[in-house]
Amino acid sequence: MHPAFSVIFLTTLIGAGQGLLLALVTGQWYFVIGATPDQESGAFYAGGAAIAELLLVLGLVASFFHLANPQRAWRTATRWRTSWLSREVIVLPAVMGATFLYGVVHWFGWTPVLWTFGNQKSLDLSMAVGFAAAGAALALFLCTAMIYASVKFIREWASSWTVVNYTLMGLASGFTIAAAYASLAGSSLTEFFAGDALALTLAAMAARIFQLWRNTRLKCRSSMKTAIGVHHGQIRQISQGFLGGSYNTTEYRHGIGSEVVRGLVVLFLFLAFALPAALVAAGWATGEHPMLLLAALVQYVGLMVERWVFFAQGNHVQNMYYQRMA
Amino acid sequence: MAKKQLALVIDLNVCVGCHACVTSCKQWNTSGWSGPLPDQNPYDADPNGVFFNRVQTFECGTFPATETVHFPKSCLHCEEPPCVPVCPTGASYKREEDGIVLVDYDKCIGCKYCSWSCPYGAREFDPIAGVMKKCTLCVDRIYDTSLEPERRKPACVLACPAGARLFGDVNDPESEAARAIRENAGYQLMPEWGTSPANHYLPRRKTYMRLHEDELVRADNPLKFEADLPKPNFTAPSIDDMSSW
Repeated sequence: MHPAFSVIFLTTLIGAGQGLLLALVTGQWYFVIGATPDQESGAFYAGGAAIAELLLVLGLVASFFHLANPQRAWRTATRWRTSWLSREVIVLPAVMGATFLYGVVHWFGWTPVLWTFGNQKSLDLSMAVGFAAAGAALALFLCTAMIYASVKFIREWASSWTVVNYTLMGLASGFTIAAAYASLAGSSLTEFFAGDALALTLAAMAARIFQLWRNTRLKCRSSMKTAIGVHHGQIRQISQGFLGGSYNTTEYRHGIGSEVVRGLVVLFLFLAFALPAALVAAGWATGEHPMLLLAALVQYVGLMVERWVFFAQGNHVQNMYYQRMA
Repeated sequence: MAKKQLALVIDLNVCVGCHACVTSCKQWNTSGWSGPLPDQNPYDADPNGVFFNRVQTFECGTFPATETVHFPKSCLHCEEPPCVPVCPTGASYKREEDGIVLVDYDKCIGCKYCSWSCPYGAREFDPIAGVMKKCTLCVDRIYDTSLEPERRKPACVLACPAGARLFGDVNDPESEAARAIRENAGYQLMPEWGTSPANHYLPRRKTYMRLHEDELVRADNPLKFEADLPKPNFTAPSIDDMSSW
């Protein structure tokens, strides 16, 4: 498939934003259920929520560049019963709203206790909003990934591993950003975030490598026999019916040599996973801000390369009809 | 009775690959209700254009034992169209009354998601209007009462000089299209995806006559004296139980 930069920016930016939001909520929860009465300041969570909101807004802006008629984008919320794209369009503003609310509640310190449990732990308003926001963020991972995983004519995408990978990569980048943010803010959550970021980055790498391996062993359900309905073992196309280009020859191809794509696979495995994992581990051990900040930046660039490769490696069934010019 | 489903039946045994259906489709639809079908750089390097119908050519086997198959391809108006449910705006829809799959250009946002969900590559994006376009089965011709009834057919069907294209309700057993499918082993493309395409194709057909050797040279030709007939014994059994003489 032909990777669109708007969609690359959309999926990586909102993934990082959702991951950061989930990191903040996890961090707050870590303190709430902890043995000590420690808790971060409301301003810390509000600042983090502002960064997450910025990432989500940038992703939403990028998504509009993918639409040829963005003035009709409001219509995309109408077919949520059948279309994952429509569901994403509904859940994305919900996550943005919940993130905004989470930040506002923390900024103004609105923490009335909603519920007190038997063990003297209590659920306050900020934590409750955080859980709601976390649920919406997880739902958005599902919606975004299912847009691709539900395209059954692209075997590389049509797998539950797409959902696993989108979620893990979004969480990994979000927790890395959270670790960098916490270290800059001098928060005691730095180590917690860095440890999680390291584990999530390694888990994301393992799952992505598995998907790369899986995609080398795919078998297409269709063949030239069923494509044109002629029962012959040896069918070759001698003309696709036109000399120029068409939507069918540009949208479904990336036009980059396979050796370059293989090089990009190595590049993203290094930039998105291996190098950030090393930097996060170093930052975790030494507690230096630049290490964690560099890790977040490098990982984002690496995930953009990863997303380009993900789209490019999708081989659509319709390409069987467009094998040869002339 | 099954729901009405208008469709094309394309006879690959007849198609000669002349592209008359391609040009008549482009002409009719670029100037009509569903147009334009824009071309970019039509007279320059790297031309690119929108078509609803294309004729491709395939070769089976290796020389000299080859066979050329001309293969017209347009939207198949699937009975289970995978492109319809994925549309986030409802711009892509299948008509209840006749099963034609259409795009509402006023609702389409140009996200291209429907084209990803078509295994046949039948949808083509119009980069000028920013909307997805596809074969309409000439919905603006087939119900046009200002035309003579026999002209109320898709442009490609009327243009085909060999008569390789039939048009009709494939779910009506009495229709010409349904009869052609039934009597000539009509088939669907890529049935493995469960899309149940309404357009059908008729296979290449060869007419053979099998002749046995004894049909060419008769062993007991009574009109041609080639040798004495065998003379059985006088007492050999015979039909009238008298004598074989």
